[in-house]
Amino acid sequence: MNPAETNPDCNAKIDASCRVPLLALFGGAALWLVVGLTLALLASITFHQPEMFAGCSYLTYGHLAPAANDLLVYGFAIPAALGVILWIFARLSQAELVLPLVPFAAANLWHLGVVIGLGAILFGGSSGFTWLEFPRASAMLLGVSFVLVAISAVATFGQRKERELYPSHWFLLAALLWFPWIYSTANFLLVTTHPVRGATQAVIGWWFSNNLIFVWFALVGLGVAFYFLPKLAGRPLQSRYYALFAFWTLILFGTWCGIPQSAPVPAWLPAASAIASLLLIVPLIAVAAIVWKTLRGAGVPGGGGTFCYIKFGTLAFIVSGLMLMASACPQYSRVLDFTWFGAAQVQLQILGFVAMILLGAMNEILPRVMAKELPFKKFVAAQFYLSIFGVALFVIPLAVAGVVQGRAAYDPAAAKIWLMISTTGLLLLLVGSVLLFVNISIMTVQWKLALAKTVIAYIKSPLETSEVKS
Amino acid sequence: MKNGFAIFFAVLVALGSSWLGLVVAPAIQLGTAKLDPVLNSSDTWPQQRTGEATLGLQIYRANGCAACHTEQVRQAGVQAEVSLTGLGKSNPAEFKAFVQSLFILPELEKVTNNLAAFVKDWNGDLPKTFLTTDDLEAAGTMADRLKAAGLKSETLIVATGPDIARGWGVRRSVAADYLYDYPVQLGGLRVGPDLANIGVRDPVASAQLLHLYAPGAVVKNSAMPSFKFLFEVRQAGATPSPDALNLPKEFAPPAGYEVVPKPEARELVAYLLSLRADQPVYEAPFTPAITKP
Repeated sequence: MNPAETNPDCNAKIDASCRVPLLALFGGAALWLVVGLTLALLASITFHQPEMFAGCSYLTYGHLAPAANDLLVYGFAIPAALGVILWIFARLSQAELVLPLVPFAAANLWHLGVVIGLGAILFGGSSGFTWLEFPRASAMLLGVSFVLVAISAVATFGQRKERELYPSHWFLLAALLWFPWIYSTANFLLVTTHPVRGATQAVIGWWFSNNLIFVWFALVGLGVAFYFLPKLAGRPLQSRYYALFAFWTLILFGTWCGIPQSAPVPAWLPAASAIASLLLIVPLIAVAAIVWKTLRGAGVPGGGGTFCYIKFGTLAFIVSGLMLMASACPQYSRVLDFTWFGAAQVQLQILGFVAMILLGAMNEILPRVMAKELPFKKFVAAQFYLSIFGVALFVIPLAVAGVVQGRAAYDPAAAKIWLMISTTGLLLLLVGSVLLFVNISIMTVQWKLALAKTVIAYIKSPLETSEVKS
Repeated sequence: MKNGFAIFFAVLVALGSSWLGLVVAPAIQLGTAKLDPVLNSSDTWPQQRTGEATLGLQIYRANGCAACHTEQVRQAGVQAEVSLTGLGKSNPAEFKAFVQSLFILPELEKVTNNLAAFVKDWNGDLPKTFLTTDDLEAAGTMADRLKAAGLKSETLIVATGPDIARGWGVRRSVAADYLYDYPVQLGGLRVGPDLANIGVRDPVASAQLLHLYAPGAVVKNSAMPSFKFLFEVRQAGATPSPDALNLPKEFAPPAGYEVVPKPEARELVAYLLSLRADQPVYEAPFTPAITKP
């Protein structure tokens, strides 16, 4: 059961305590989503016009593609997830956010780290490891900021009135512990002056990528979904034991996936990953059962609200998990390895699953923490439809392109038409992301103006008589 | 679960297991790897890259080449090719009878169909590959029997698979190939061809430079962007520079100008030319082709 969150006065206070850090986290995230999708769109266009940016080194595909991917993950998804985690922890604890200025400062440090990392990638300073392209200075800022936000989140968690943990607590707490471990391991062993030798670098790179893109996002996405779905459907999560089972199997099996079947490393490594990937079917079925049983007959009106975002996100998670299993199966991996199929799976995991759930949550949380309606309420539904068509048009053609390319022995011309369609999908996603950015910017500006007005009014107000020295 | 320590414990068990298995164990197994002996040779593998090529690896990294190119070759399996090079004292008919007499051997059970087809079709020309099989034991038995019968034969071990068939390599990539590299950039997407053996496939530096400057001049409708920024277009002197690119008309600079590679382009090409995984090692054996003079 959801813990009681019935007292409206108390909830309003809790929401207000999250306002400053959440605005910093969400505002930056919304901006990076727009910038990241723009870069992804430019990268996609360079396939159709390879000569377009030939003159400038920083706009070639090799610079644009990693920059776009890193912005979507480190710029958008992680700060947005941290914001949502802070709010959910405060609400579940029925306590105001502890140390709200710490995550606010951390959010600014985090975004600074992303700026440095983006500049480094575009100007040739990438570290060369997938998902770890940010240089050391930037990785350091990101790591420290994450820990700072986590401290505030865990302190808020410690304030809870109800001792029993809610399933979202498991997933989100695990996510807070997961990221510092994988990020520090990968950076200390790879992005350093004394890296590990030879092919070990590749193995650790795969371990990190999988634990970030598959496991970490799954923990965050499912944790948030298991909070909102029962709440919006007005029924308890079905059931706690299924969720516990899904949690354990997900972290136990998920964490071993990720070594490609063709990897030039000792054979036991890809074999272990293949087995773990096959076992992923267990948590996938458990998650499907939970969502199905919780929502069946709930009769929540659709119309592109938060509920739709989160339902679509969980569906995308199951599809992306199945795609991951397929590409780990030796029989299919012979065709699918090194093709666009892998990219399609990763993009579905990021844009279709975790981004959709976070966007839904952000649209739900923003009016509450700002204590006023969104400036353009209709943008929420518009962004939902743009995003689902965008994801479908982006990911499905990429997956088809992968199969076509694999069967045509990597002939790049074979997949060209499908890549063109996927560019359209990115365009829709970009338009959708602009809508969120507009809403959040207007809210921020209004809030800052109101703050300024209060301050000015305070300065101008005549001193009370008691304060005037006679 | 009533408190946060249960979650801490869950993460410790789950992530700890994969951390030990996929980080610590490979670091011990691969991180302490020594040079591989090259099969049937006193050489070791891999060879250290030249200084220029090592610098080129950083140009490869900075430009994100691994976003579109892999540096790893896959292999489906190995095959043995047994060829007959000399009949010694016997004639073709006797040899056919000899082969047929071997059909009863249990070791050759799996390859008798191949051998029967050979016996039927062979017209006596030499040298002749008469057995191609992935059953290396059968090939070994066959070679031993031929030797015992005084016939001259040769057994080649070859790698098979789509990547090998495309000419992207003679064997699969192994961990040792990357021993000296930092960062190791295997790549995960083949928008362009695999580069694990580009130095074997296309060993001419000037052609590589031309491809970097104007991909369209080498491969029609190439999806690769031009890396013009690694080159300098400058006024030609009385005699053109020796390293000026020899460009086709539509890519050439205006008259009186020439295109010369910057040091970055030279380093990158040195790196590309150093990409050659062509020595047989224990994990990926094959019989190297004997280069004809």
